[in-house]
Amino acid sequence: MNRLVAALARGCLPGIVALLASSAMAAIAPQTIRDLAFGEGDDKIRAIGALSASGDPQALPLLQALLDGEMQTAGEEQVLLVQGDKATDLLTGRTVSPLPANRDDVVVNNRVRRSLGTAIAAAKLFAPDRSARLAAARELQNTADENMLPAITTALAKESDAEIKELLSQTRASIQLASTDRATRIAAIRTLAESSNPSTKTLLLGVLEQKSGSYVEADAEVRSEAGKSLRAVESKLATGEMIGRIFSGASLGSILLLAALGLAITYGLMGVINLAHGELIMVGAYATYVVQNLFRRYAPGAFDAYLICAIPMAFAVAGLVGMALERCVIRFLYGRPLETLLATWGISLILMQTVRTVFGAQNVQVENPSWMSGGFVAMTGIVLPWSRIAIIGFAALVLLLIWLLLTRTRLGLFVRAVTQNRAMASCTGVPTRRVDTLAFGLGAGVAGLAGCALSQIGNVGPDLGQSYIVDSFMVVVLGGVGQLAGTIYAALGLGIVNKLLEAWSGAVLAKIAVLVFIIFFIQKRPQGLFALRGRAMET
Amino acid sequence: MSGASSREHWDDPVATGTRLLGEGVDTTHRGILYLDGISVSFDGFKALDSLSLIVDAGELRCVIGPNGAGKTTMMDVITGKTRPDAGSAYFGQTIDLSRLTEAEIAGAGIGRKFQKPTVFEQHSVFENLELAMKADKRVGPTLRARLDAAARDRIASTLETIKLLPEAARPAGLLSHGQKQWLEIGMLLMQEPQVLLLDEPVAGMTDAETMRSAELFVSLAGRYTLVVVEHDVDFVARIAHKVTVLHEGSVLAEGSMEQIQQNQQVIEVFLGR
Amino acid sequence: MILGRAFMPDATLGAPRYLSLLSPGGWSLYGLAAIVLFFVFPLLHLTVPADSALHISDYWVTLIGKIMCYAIVALAMDLIWGYTGILSLGHGLFFALGGYAMGMYLMRSIGHDGVYQSDLPDFMVFLDWKKYPWYWSFTEHFGYALALVVLVPGLLAFLFGFFAFRSRIKGVYFSIITQALTYAFMLLFFRNDTGFGGNNGFTDFKRILGFPITAPETRMALFVTTAAALLGFLLLGRWIVMSKLGRVLTAIRDAETRVMFSGYNPLYFKLFIWTLSAVICGIAGALYVPQVGIINPSEMSPANSIEIAIWTAVGGRGTLLGPVLGAAAVNLGKSWFTKAFPEYWLFALGLLFILVTLFLPRGLAGLWHSRKKRP
Repeated sequence: MNRLVAALARGCLPGIVALLASSAMAAIAPQTIRDLAFGEGDDKIRAIGALSASGDPQALPLLQALLDGEMQTAGEEQVLLVQGDKATDLLTGRTVSPLPANRDDVVVNNRVRRSLGTAIAAAKLFAPDRSARLAAARELQNTADENMLPAITTALAKESDAEIKELLSQTRASIQLASTDRATRIAAIRTLAESSNPSTKTLLLGVLEQKSGSYVEADAEVRSEAGKSLRAVESKLATGEMIGRIFSGASLGSILLLAALGLAITYGLMGVINLAHGELIMVGAYATYVVQNLFRRYAPGAFDAYLICAIPMAFAVAGLVGMALERCVIRFLYGRPLETLLATWGISLILMQTVRTVFGAQNVQVENPSWMSGGFVAMTGIVLPWSRIAIIGFAALVLLLIWLLLTRTRLGLFVRAVTQNRAMASCTGVPTRRVDTLAFGLGAGVAGLAGCALSQIGNVGPDLGQSYIVDSFMVVVLGGVGQLAGTIYAALGLGIVNKLLEAWSGAVLAKIAVLVFIIFFIQKRPQGLFALRGRAMET
Repeated sequence: MSGASSREHWDDPVATGTRLLGEGVDTTHRGILYLDGISVSFDGFKALDSLSLIVDAGELRCVIGPNGAGKTTMMDVITGKTRPDAGSAYFGQTIDLSRLTEAEIAGAGIGRKFQKPTVFEQHSVFENLELAMKADKRVGPTLRARLDAAARDRIASTLETIKLLPEAARPAGLLSHGQKQWLEIGMLLMQEPQVLLLDEPVAGMTDAETMRSAELFVSLAGRYTLVVVEHDVDFVARIAHKVTVLHEGSVLAEGSMEQIQQNQQVIEVFLGR
Repeated sequence: MILGRAFMPDATLGAPRYLSLLSPGGWSLYGLAAIVLFFVFPLLHLTVPADSALHISDYWVTLIGKIMCYAIVALAMDLIWGYTGILSLGHGLFFALGGYAMGMYLMRSIGHDGVYQSDLPDFMVFLDWKKYPWYWSFTEHFGYALALVVLVPGLLAFLFGFFAFRSRIKGVYFSIITQALTYAFMLLFFRNDTGFGGNNGFTDFKRILGFPITAPETRMALFVTTAAALLGFLLLGRWIVMSKLGRVLTAIRDAETRVMFSGYNPLYFKLFIWTLSAVICGIAGALYVPQVGIINPSEMSPANSIEIAIWTAVGGRGTLLGPVLGAAAVNLGKSWFTKAFPEYWLFALGLLFILVTLFLPRGLAGLWHSRKKRP
């Protein structure tokens, strides 16, 4: 966003300069221009401050010109704006041609350059466009110094937008912390209590700092105010962090849910342990990759829409692979779960090696559509990426569809019937074999959807499935067999617990802790969270 | 929940059945099985509803009742397979069954035959009996166990009793359904239990086999306590001294076969509605 | 008495007898293997000149040594899966733990001969550690390392098994959880901070018990030790499966409830065989590491553990000798394949998994058995 504004500003510049060069130039005091051109460093910085505080619409182009090295002097009197082989005298507004020979660059040392940068940002505070002002306020937040104080104060007085006002008053307060006036400092500290910016914490800590036994801040009341504000800021920061963690937990949970939903169907409902499930996820991800490439090659204009096409593709490809597997291998192993486990492992090896042979062993790039980049800013410093938000929504949608499919359709009825009593279902005319194939295809298709979702946030490679298979089985084990509700709770629970633990102990130890937790949990509830209890379950 | 508290006893060596093995059961008040107010529910369905029942030592008790009356669940509770939600189950005066595991209960002297015959199908008939034979059934002694002549003779005589002597070396999986029932009964006898719980012991047997079973059970009564769950009313009439009728998880009637057959409530449950 | 003899218990009922060391054929195969491994191999390797056609090269000594370690693992797998019906997908973990325990000793034996010539192993110098973490104490003593080889896998298996079996986790549930266990340990060992060399694990060993580890004599000694372990464990396995305990184990596999109602507590029986199996794996790992010269966390990957299951399945479950031959066949095939068609090995392995489970549920041993029966 920031870059966009800067580009806009630069793009408009020549036009504005042309305007400047004629009449309007007179609005800026000639002394200020002279100070900019001929003054010492301090004079320049003062002049820059004055310019930015003036709120004058012409200040911005002028400052920009100085920064870009387009401002030159000729002799003792002429201040020129040089663009290519044309020059304008900034003091008189007249065009100078040909270019004088005795031109000199205006010296801009690092200190001046820094203050120019902030001043330009401050000048943008007066831009008519709200988003430009907001971007400027954000930029200033971490860079402003006391020279900008007048500019910020003026802008604050003019500003009507609440969000920008808030930002500016925070920034002003952080500058005012250094004020010599006690009342100003206290007021500033009180204002800062509203901040949720991590750097505010550092600022306030600075007030409370001790150096060689005595406080940097001599006034006890100021210190106590700072202490109060610090606590307020810290609690806001902690809340923000918590939101971030719970969000990433929910995001991980929704990914686990997508990965485990397919398993909940094939394992939970059909009792088939499918170790190739992870590879079906991978197949879905590669299907997305292929669709993306096709769009890039044949319909680059519609690239942002490729996902709409990739979702059914991923479902269909993975589903077909799954149905083929069921027909060729798994069908012959019903009732022999351990053998199924080994055979599906063999399938997973073959699928992985096939993908390696076709697409290469390296990870492939799957790009997000543009509407998925960026994120929702929940708080300062807490950005929730759209891609992850989209996946949470997607998981919920898939869940809803599966639930509808299982409870509201004939296929769902058949699947549930076969789950409960295969022989009886067969006797009542349910085509059990076809139901098996379709249900397995459905589970595989959902795995494909998971792969499509995963391709949007992570690497896509032949080993993609391997990294999710253990976790998704844990979800099914924890959630209990044959229960969608258990799968949901287990997936979200594991996701959030994992992320919370991660912050506290690191990713690997968190995973191990979760595993140990599952093992102990199973002690108490051997059949998982939502188990059917009864005579039938025990035999 | 009583299930949770009893679990802890699993690892408590003092509570294991092996200690109780040698001691025998305290039957000073004639009763050997005491069920008092047992309730078990599965997902809201009450399989047993405060069932109370006393079986005397040496008795041959038949338990009948329509499907879902709770007969099998009652056996599950006695053998520790299902933990009751409420009520107590005692073996003799002293042994609280709700505190023991299945293996401990078996070791203490309650043998059970399942509705569907379960034998070790890959093992020979002989081995099935050998495994069931009363012995120290902990890991170490089992590893070192040797068959002595006395044990072989016992197995041989049991084989004779259950008429499977010619099949001794065959894998049990190759036996007919009726033969498997016999083998399972033989395995129970090898355990030398105090109480035999028999869940539909004559299902799948020919008439001749059923007759022989009846003879066998009657001859066992006195030495053992038998609790027989059976649907076959003729068979029950042939062997029963005392019959208990279960209905919807609790005892509906109890008495001799004649009394039961004349009981108005029983007739309603079995015939009317 | 006579009756009894006629019904000598046969633990491997339905399984081919000659492969389970019960028949004269089985015993002569056993004796032949002992002669070849203890005499023929060492002689041909050490005394026959390298240019002779009869010479056995280093390559074969390492390969066969390695395969014998795998065979021990397959044997351990057979005890728990073939006989007791519990499929472990975490046996690679116990193997690796035994290997790491031995590796610790071997790392300590490098002394100052590492790249940094420090007291500490190179990876610790690299991490800027100043001293050994506490769990490395005493590992410079060979005896202590041997104790770790047995105790670490044994204790872990015991604890895990106790909790898992107590809550009656069975079948695929158990398999999946063992898979998660080995996966978690792999992640743990991948961390540098765990103190076992992270990614790279242990390698560049110099000596064992003071002997240079690459010297032909040392290698041959390790080879013979491994052979002795393999043959020894075969006898141990035979003793167990022939005992009444062995029959209880198969009974647990076939009808656990009946076992329970016969008065045996399956928990302790499973725990016994599970722990024993893990310890055997640990010992195999300890023999493997000095011969192969490296141990790293990838040994704990779930894929490795599943491969163990396929060795056992290829050979034939519940036959003791079958899994040993299965491990040999699959691994010989692997070393040939990965040289001849490296790309296709995973295809071959994958197909093997599928074909064996579909068409050879009793493995090669079953195939042999039915072929012998037919004529």
